[in-house]
Amino acid sequence: MRRSWVVAAVLVPVLLVSACSSRNAVNKPHNKSGGGSGGYGYKIAVVTHGGTGDAFWSIVKNGVTQAGKDMGDTVTYQSDGDPQQQSRLIDAAVNANPDGLVVSMANPEALRTSIQNAVKKGIPVITINSGEAQSKAYGALTHIGSDETIAGRAVGTQLKTDGVKNVLCVIQEAGNVGLEQRCAGVKETLGGTVTNIQVDNNNLQTAQSIIAAKLQSNKSIDGVVTLGAQVAAKAETAISTAGSSAKLVTFDLNATVAKDITAGKMLFAVDQQPYLQGYLAVTMLTQYKSNLNVLGGGQPVLTGPNLITKDNAAAILPLAAGGTR
Amino acid sequence: MTAATATADERVAHVGALRRVLLKPEFGALIGAVIIFVFFAAQSDVFRSMSGAANWLDVSSTLGLMAVPVALLMIGGHFDLSAGVQTGTAGLATGIMTTYWGLQLYASWAVSLLLMLVIGFINGFLVTRTGLPSFIITLGMFLGLQGLNLGVTKQVTNTVQVENLDLVPGYHSLFNILGSTFTLGHAKFQIAIIWWIGFTAIASWLLLKTRFGNWIFATGGDPTASKNVGVRTDRTTISLFMMTSAMAWFVGNTQIARSGTIQAQVGIGQELYFIVAAVIGGCLLTGGYGSAIGASLGALIFGMTQVGIINVNWNSDWFKLFVGVMLLLAVLANQYVRRFAEQVRR
Repeated sequence: MRRSWVVAAVLVPVLLVSACSSRNAVNKPHNKSGGGSGGYGYKIAVVTHGGTGDAFWSIVKNGVTQAGKDMGDTVTYQSDGDPQQQSRLIDAAVNANPDGLVVSMANPEALRTSIQNAVKKGIPVITINSGEAQSKAYGALTHIGSDETIAGRAVGTQLKTDGVKNVLCVIQEAGNVGLEQRCAGVKETLGGTVTNIQVDNNNLQTAQSIIAAKLQSNKSIDGVVTLGAQVAAKAETAISTAGSSAKLVTFDLNATVAKDITAGKMLFAVDQQPYLQGYLAVTMLTQYKSNLNVLGGGQPVLTGPNLITKDNAAAILPLAAGGTR
Repeated sequence: MTAATATADERVAHVGALRRVLLKPEFGALIGAVIIFVFFAAQSDVFRSMSGAANWLDVSSTLGLMAVPVALLMIGGHFDLSAGVQTGTAGLATGIMTTYWGLQLYASWAVSLLLMLVIGFINGFLVTRTGLPSFIITLGMFLGLQGLNLGVTKQVTNTVQVENLDLVPGYHSLFNILGSTFTLGHAKFQIAIIWWIGFTAIASWLLLKTRFGNWIFATGGDPTASKNVGVRTDRTTISLFMMTSAMAWFVGNTQIARSGTIQAQVGIGQELYFIVAAVIGGCLLTGGYGSAIGASLGALIFGMTQVGIINVNWNSDWFKLFVGVMLLLAVLANQYVRRFAEQVRR
């Protein structure tokens, strides 16, 4: 009796799943193959500080993987948000003698020894995303990223032309320096008030209520800047429940954001093209190994800020849904 | 015990009304909720307005829905550290089955319930069979599901979120059940608030008026003694874990039904807040004591504080300090009140 229940519990979902047809699916599974396959055959290690569930870093990783496929390189991707852990991951990667190393430096000081060791061993290093200021000093070939402060300033300037004076800047990760820099950048060029507010990326429903509460209690807020795509959608709902007419702008992109921009519910999104940060790092290392090329002659390569507005959002929507934008 | 009291059995002794109230596990939380409400309402007209109330009740309800079964589980003597992540698993399961595999909405809703019940069963089964602390078993489940949520989502979608549930046929009827709002005094209240009150009432009835409720108290109070007098402790424990998972199914699907999207990292870290709400509501960490209404009041305190701090324009950076202090105060107050009440009884 009891055993038959267990069998049923296993069988029913299996039957149901096999019975369903993908014709009804509104989302198409992403195309996993595609792209050419080069024959370089280098071993490239990528070690970042991105959280595993983070939308942004999942796009970087997709760029890394695709570049590996296109170049015919073997790439490994590892990440840890804790600087000490990340430096250990770098050490481990260096011990395996890769042909190239890609590192993001959210906390450069903690990674210095590990990166310099790699450079000493003759492994070419490219830094991505953050750590531009230290990249050269540590011996990296170049840096690929987007300056957070510059991106923030771009948002501030744009909001100012739209007549926004009082901005709420929503930080979804406590203690992330890059996010604070974005808000500070907005403040520099806006010429009005910028208030930072803290929410939890793992509890977006509450984040929505908190944003609504802030908008209700401070009616003069006429602009909301979110720093991640997942919070942006919640902020959009919060603005409408609070009966506020604040304009919404977000950093980063996903399908929902692209949809909302097309529908005019969001002004624009600032994209730093994370896919390129992963993709270019691997291809540039490949070109360096095979041809000693360095793009930009060692000057930092900027992948953003790139503004997604009503004009181009619709075209980007399917790419965002596919995890490359 | 002296000879004078030996004649009267303390179990049938007359207990005054005041003492009886003081002895209720949720008493401390009730006082706390009133104080917090008055505190914020006095300072902010937004907080005491209908739309303000809609806002803090929304935060309270999402937390409270989970805090209630978690409280029952704690009374039964166990923790479920995977309760938060399970909400993510449930929502992601519904989302992926409908939007990527094309399964009918309500069918996948049912399959995701089944999946959650299996997860709850595994938790309970492992705890009862191995005799290991539920802390360890569910910690394993917590980590495992975190990886499963991310791995499957990434595999299927190539991103870390499932989107477009709102394009699936039948979405609007699911939205009406789980994510719609009702208007009261020009403010829109989430339907989840009604569900929260309803589930609290059901859980309270279950706990106080049924044999199963008695078994929960017995299992949590003294498992060996209960087993000896014929309480089916294993079945009680497994049922409690399955109830928690079933509620995670409800809450997770509420999340995806509201906005049509859900993220792979949803719920991570929330399990501790469920426990905080239950403890503020008078649940003992050792089991055998607590209440469902208390857990809901704990969630109410939590929600009011989180939104209240914003309404009175305090810096939200300090929110968790406030929560930590409040938790300690609540536990101390509970202990003090209980000791006082038990002294009075003798």
